[in-house]
Amino acid sequence: MDAASLALTFLYYGAALVLALGLALRIRRYATVPAPLKIPTTPAPTNRIGVVLRMIRELTLFESLFKSNKWIWLFGWMFHFGLLLVLLRHLRYFTDPVWGWVAFLQPYGKYASLMMVLGLLGLWFRRVAVDRVRYISALSDHLMLALLIAIGVTGIAMSFAVGTDVVAVKAFFLGLMWFDWQPLPSDPLLYGHLVLVALLMLIFPFSKLLHAPGMFFSPTRNQADNPRERRHVSAWALKLEKGNG
Amino acid sequence: MAEQPAFDIPELKPYPVIPKLVEDAMAHSQPFVAKSDFQGPLGFPGELVDDWQDVAVKKMGELTDRYRSLQVFLDSCVKCGACTDKCHYYLGTTDPKNMPVARQDLFRKVYRRHYTFAGKYLPWLVGAEDLTEEVLDDWYKYFHQCSQCRRCSVYCPYGIDTAEISMAAREVMDSIGKGQKYCNEIIGKVHTIGNNLGLPEPALVDTLEGLEEEIEEDTGVAVKFPVDQKGADILLVTPSADFFAEPHVDGLIGYAKVLHEAGLSWTLSSHASEAANFGMFIGSYENMRKVALRIREAALDLGVKRIVFGECGHAWRVAYSFLNTLAGPFDFLDPNYPVPQHICEVTHGLIQEGKLRLDKSQNDDMVMTYHDSCNVARASRMGDVPGGQFTIPRDIIRASCNHFYDMPADTVREATYCCGGGGGLLTDDLIELRVKGALPRMEALKQVVDDHGVTHMAAICAICKSQFAKVLTYYGFQMDQIVSVHQLVSNAIVLTGSEQEKEAELSEAA
Repeated sequence: MDAASLALTFLYYGAALVLALGLALRIRRYATVPAPLKIPTTPAPTNRIGVVLRMIRELTLFESLFKSNKWIWLFGWMFHFGLLLVLLRHLRYFTDPVWGWVAFLQPYGKYASLMMVLGLLGLWFRRVAVDRVRYISALSDHLMLALLIAIGVTGIAMSFAVGTDVVAVKAFFLGLMWFDWQPLPSDPLLYGHLVLVALLMLIFPFSKLLHAPGMFFSPTRNQADNPRERRHVSAWALKLEKGNG
Repeated sequence: MAEQPAFDIPELKPYPVIPKLVEDAMAHSQPFVAKSDFQGPLGFPGELVDDWQDVAVKKMGELTDRYRSLQVFLDSCVKCGACTDKCHYYLGTTDPKNMPVARQDLFRKVYRRHYTFAGKYLPWLVGAEDLTEEVLDDWYKYFHQCSQCRRCSVYCPYGIDTAEISMAAREVMDSIGKGQKYCNEIIGKVHTIGNNLGLPEPALVDTLEGLEEEIEEDTGVAVKFPVDQKGADILLVTPSADFFAEPHVDGLIGYAKVLHEAGLSWTLSSHASEAANFGMFIGSYENMRKVALRIREAALDLGVKRIVFGECGHAWRVAYSFLNTLAGPFDFLDPNYPVPQHICEVTHGLIQEGKLRLDKSQNDDMVMTYHDSCNVARASRMGDVPGGQFTIPRDIIRASCNHFYDMPADTVREATYCCGGGGGLLTDDLIELRVKGALPRMEALKQVVDDHGVTHMAAICAICKSQFAKVLTYYGFQMDQIVSVHQLVSNAIVLTGSEQEKEAELSEAA
């Protein structure tokens, strides 16, 4: 195996480990820090089914963002839904034989990458053009968009323009999964794409991308509005009660 | 206008415009710092401690261990900008640090510096900063330019609530000895005297006797205001402003008439003669709990069966959302009623049952609109279904008045704007902020005044009422254009055996 393939092999093991472990630790943190008070943003559902429906609407339709700003909603939704289809399409590099529904999504996933990058460009335009958003942006906010766009553009270039040896790419990733390491085609564009994706995986648990797990733990969205019906007390508050109550 | 302000009053525009930001436009605004006498009793150091940086950073860590909201919110913001035009203080002051995300970032940048990998090693990349004196100054200024109204949390795709960050920042500042005078003095008064205004029991009883006389003069009916009456069914807990401020007191008269007419036995408590709980504003669970426990003690002591809260916004949040948590369980009360209830729920129920006679024409001199108070709208509920906090007060107004128009849809219900004085900012040292923060509400009011000839705005919050009574005049309105919802009920209700009832019977006969 050539040096580049070997380096990417180790990079991907490392990136996968950091992503999985980093996210697991963060999720454990969110799950274990108590929520001592009932703070759903009302009007809120009064029972668990209602909460699940509210969360599904937030997750799939970006309901709150829709109420807030139609442009951010449009660009944000284009990016995220595009990304979802693109990710699902990429399952074909990890499954053999390819699942039927992944094969079905294949053409949609291909064009979704265009939607994804357009959405990202829209978001970046706003970040630069709207004075309020420019004010709140740190360097990392710009670089994150640059990174995602670069990943999208290198992917698009391979899908639509120059192509790459996808059979060998698939062999590489199946090899990673089954510890039967295979070389990658020697293709700078592909290297670029893969290094950037690994970088994204490495950054994920240490960045604002934590909004992905975070949104499931947001008490203003995931709590039911039933404080009068059910007493809600956290462990540390209970200790307080026992101590001097 | 009563006084010449030392600042420019924003202009009321026919259509809301998102202003261009002007850096440091409100950098001069900050409330008085609490004196050491008022810090100690609340469990805070009297003045800025020597190693305040270390203490503050450690406290931040304690709070992220304690509150999932804070931990998740600090990590989750993607700086999308959805909240940037949602805060009334930003719209009114144009200071970018009054954009919810920028306000949060004052806290978040220090959290990042000390508690995240990126902030520790690459602070320049992610905008992480040490807690310098300058940053602390910004905290003190801008976390006292947030009324914790939660409007931003409605619009955030992750539900990030700046109120939670604001409360945490104030708690950190209290823990290093930099407390806010207004809030901390008031919490002190609640504990030493029983209410925010420091009204002792004899003065309270005297005031209430005056109200009894007033009602009897008006109606010929002896409506009572019982205090500390053991064995009464209902403990009424109401903001102390209801005892004498205008238009609050007219609301209190309304509650008394309703309870009297329905034949309900009720009492006020001198021990818990205050519904407000400023412990929430300073983010202190311990102080909030201590204030809330007075109500439990009063309920036990008086042997009541129900607890009902008067018109007060943040008090209703603490009551509805937190009381069961802080001071429950309330298994000693009548299980047939929710604990606690809002006076509007009681009145609404009685109207539904046909137990109140309301003569709407008594309010014909007014064309009404209604201001949803932030804490009622976005942090609580009334009745059995979500949104009852919007429909129940409006139903009461419609049952009491002939003329009612809502303000524009993006300024009412869950989208309501704060009055500009909530969250512990209702103090004269912040008057410029209060006037400017009221701008979005004033624009919405102006619209229904122009379109529908609205003359009065009703509210169910003591802070809103006090705030509007003060700031309406700055925008060319009259201070008495703000009224209590139960003031309208009070005007319309026809008490059994009253002069009004006799008149009505006479006019029917004729």
